[in-house]
Amino acid sequence: MKRFLATAPALLVLVASLGAAAAPAVAREAAPLADDPVIEKRLMALAEELRCLVCQNQSLADSHADLAADLRQEIREMMQQGRSDKEIVDYLVARYGDFVLYRPPFKATTALLWAGPALLVVVGGSMLTVALRRRRGALADDAPLSEEEQARVKRLLEEEADGEGPRA
Amino acid sequence: MKARTWIPLAVFGVLVAFLAAGLKLDPREVPSPLIDKPAPLFSLPLLHDPTQAMSPGQLKGQVWMLNVWASWCVSCRHEHPLLVQLSRTGQVPIYGLDYKDKVGDALAWLEQFGNPYTQSLVDADGRVGIDYGVYGVPETYLIDKEGIIRYKHIGPLTPKVIEETILPRVRELNA
Repeated sequence: MKRFLATAPALLVLVASLGAAAAPAVAREAAPLADDPVIEKRLMALAEELRCLVCQNQSLADSHADLAADLRQEIREMMQQGRSDKEIVDYLVARYGDFVLYRPPFKATTALLWAGPALLVVVGGSMLTVALRRRRGALADDAPLSEEEQARVKRLLEEEADGEGPRA
Repeated sequence: MKARTWIPLAVFGVLVAFLAAGLKLDPREVPSPLIDKPAPLFSLPLLHDPTQAMSPGQLKGQVWMLNVWASWCVSCRHEHPLLVQLSRTGQVPIYGLDYKDKVGDALAWLEQFGNPYTQSLVDADGRVGIDYGVYGVPETYLIDKEGIIRYKHIGPLTPKVIEETILPRVRELNA
């Protein structure tokens, strides 16, 4: 009896896990998550690249919005039909526009978006270079001293020699 | 003024102009790629008579409005009186796309708030919604005699949008 009592919890766990394993079979609308691991992996990789239109700062992979779930299902089905990633992306762009892409294509309307940062770096960099050159030019003046300057140097050195200069 | 003073000032001015323009843009208004494209075809059961189906092809030759709505959608409630009002003027037939809704709830909703729709079509799983690029109910499409989408409004309609955008376009498309 004691022996049985000791094993009872283990049995319970076993029964519970069996029940859990059977549960998906009776679920109302089974999301076929683990149906095909290859497709699921492809789906998640692609969904990372796509923007959820409801919560715009989340990808389709992250979002819990209803629409995101519907779109993931749509993508999953298209993958099961053997469509390529490009075909699926084209399908979504035809409906929701380039906005669904986290990496929009380069065209006239997105030129500023793509080229803007590089343009800013080039403009800023050249401004910095010009400013630095100008400053260095002002500091490192290798031209020989003029007569006037020579005379001033001499005068200052003599003053120092007279004991008026900085204390040692 | 020296270049050193006005160049940073000018750059700052340009930046402010960009940011000011950005503030006025609504990030929720994603331009639809479907404008000036044929309205996607479908065949969906009627809300009031599920044995009958309807497709946009049947509406060729007239200018019509497709309003995506649902009984669970709060903003739809706000725009609904405007649709009822618009339908009474008879200027443009309004067809409803009942998006991801329960038929019983939808019928009760129309009973309670009035039915502006010539017909409501049931898009239970939202597939047709995806074809139309629906991402935020309510959405409204204006479709011309050839079945081309001419205008899309995202979010609840306002009296201003109806008076200043939709009705002038309906007149233009009917001309």
